[in-house]
Amino acid sequence: MIDVNRNGEVWVFAEQHNGDLQDVPVELMSKARRMADTLGVKLAATLLGNGVKELVTKLIQHGADKVYLVEHRSLGQYQTNGYAKVMYDLIHKYQPQIVLYGATTTGRDLAPRIASAIKAGLTADCTDLQIGDHTTVADKKLHKNLLFQIRPAFGGNIIATIINHDRWPQMATVREGVMPMPEPDVKRKGEIVEEKVKISKQDLPLKILEEHKRPKKVNLKAARVIVAGGAGVGSKENFKLVWDLANCLGAAPAASRAAVDLGFIDKDHQVGQTGTTVRPSLYIAVGISGAIQHQAGMSQSQKIVAINSDPNAPIFQVAHYNIVGDLNDVVPKMIKAIKEKTV
Amino acid sequence: MAYNCVVLIKQVPDTKRITGQAMNEDGTVNRTALPAIFNPEDLNALELALQIKEKYGGKVTVITMGLPAASEVLRDSLFRGADDAILLTDKRCAASDTLATSYILRCAVKKLDYDIVLCGRQAIDGDTAQVGPQLAEKLGITQITYIEELSELNGKTITVRRNIGNGWQKVKTVLPVLLTVTGDANEPRVAAAKKMMKYKNARTPVEIEREIKADNPDATEQELKSLIEMKQSDLSGRGLLIKQWGLDEVEADLTWCGRSGSPTKVHRIQSVVLAAKESKTIEPSEKGISDMIHELIEDKIIA
Repeated sequence: MIDVNRNGEVWVFAEQHNGDLQDVPVELMSKARRMADTLGVKLAATLLGNGVKELVTKLIQHGADKVYLVEHRSLGQYQTNGYAKVMYDLIHKYQPQIVLYGATTTGRDLAPRIASAIKAGLTADCTDLQIGDHTTVADKKLHKNLLFQIRPAFGGNIIATIINHDRWPQMATVREGVMPMPEPDVKRKGEIVEEKVKISKQDLPLKILEEHKRPKKVNLKAARVIVAGGAGVGSKENFKLVWDLANCLGAAPAASRAAVDLGFIDKDHQVGQTGTTVRPSLYIAVGISGAIQHQAGMSQSQKIVAINSDPNAPIFQVAHYNIVGDLNDVVPKMIKAIKEKTV
Repeated sequence: MAYNCVVLIKQVPDTKRITGQAMNEDGTVNRTALPAIFNPEDLNALELALQIKEKYGGKVTVITMGLPAASEVLRDSLFRGADDAILLTDKRCAASDTLATSYILRCAVKKLDYDIVLCGRQAIDGDTAQVGPQLAEKLGITQITYIEELSELNGKTITVRRNIGNGWQKVKTVLPVLLTVTGDANEPRVAAAKKMMKYKNARTPVEIEREIKADNPDATEQELKSLIEMKQSDLSGRGLLIKQWGLDEVEADLTWCGRSGSPTKVHRIQSVVLAAKESKTIEPSEKGISDMIHELIEDKIIA
């Protein structure tokens, strides 16, 4: 652990794979930028890899004041121990006050290993971050400007705000898609700090034999309109209604976990706590009851239309347009209306 | 060669099946009304360990850190084929965050012979997925998370397939290793009838104490003590006494346990109340739907 260091920077781990900067560190930049400004400190990205220097510009354009660049032959492919060692060394050297990671498979593999080594706190899967004050109960001491690590817990039924006031850095992983992507500012200038590291054989215990990328069948995060079906659709055959409605709107087809579990559609289309978090302009929920886990992934949509035969379905509590009715009757009527209006 | 597997399991409230009875009037969840279950992905971890034992030999030990009620998931593990079960329970474990939990588990696992430590990828109450990697770091061993398949065990090397979010990779390493196992890895077996018969009376010391106290409300301290001892020695003789460890038995340094060992603290908890937004009810008629579509186009929600 490091001491409480009020001058410490705010850091974002700039996850990249084969030179592709992931979305989530970029999403984190706008929030991290504002927090760094509130704290009056610099925002830095840590970029580890091999031949990744060209990503520095993108990080600076999206809000970083500084990029710690660590390039090494052995960092070309992610593996836990090597990356954890480099991050551990950087944290000890520069004593940042906040370190943020994307809650990707890589972030969720790496961050706890670092937290354990450094004996610092870590909050998983945050959906929001804020700067705020906390008074400790035992001694009534006021701790100003802490990182509020806000996350759903208990299957999404409660929202917990976690703090870490004495054993720093304050670290969190943040879910993909919960923060909007900032626009780049091509005029922004920043500093590159190139770090040299030694990586030994014992830092590389894994041999990566094969790797297969499976591109997602749908990009829900980028969709402006989403049509999602639930268990209420009834069958894989009947799910065609969802596809048809999506097609005539140029929307992305999606589903609740229940519909995915029933085999109506591939898991790539799943919206919710264990799927993708989306924030489209329009979300049409067809035969989705709206369990809290589903709502966690879609309640930020600008407008929500819900179609369900059960007037007490929880989805109606977050929807803006409530249609109580048989989806087999309502969806074709919607398709007809859209075709008429958009010709 | 044979492999000793240690499986870390957790009893969790069944957050995925929140029914009407578990909801309070104000729309929040009544946690005590939720049934306690075996954390789903821990069952996948146990299944993988049992498959390793069946194929290569060795022993499967399960450990849970929790309240005395967690004895239930230990018995369930014995029904499914585990060889040994340990309840790690101590009031001083209360308020442990993931870091303190991983420290306490490390102290317990250190007492055992292990080649492979297995955990579920994450528990459904917290969904953090942190304890596995933190425990691996504290044990000073390699971790491989998000396991979808055990490809090969050969002498001291292990090859597995892991999920990397947008695909998968196959990785190889040298034992000992800690694996976190996903729900895609296998189909957990159910309890075996024979083993249920054998272990249905297996008890942890804390359960024995509770049962004897409940059955003998009028007994003196001394009588209770001797009844408990008798029962323990009876079960022990029949291989039905489930091990129970506290923080002293695992030689844990108390500064790293419980509240003092936990850097993260709760600032605030808010129940999620399903928000009633401004909403319109649309008639499921052609006109109702057509008017709604018109409004969405006017508002530039639909292009």
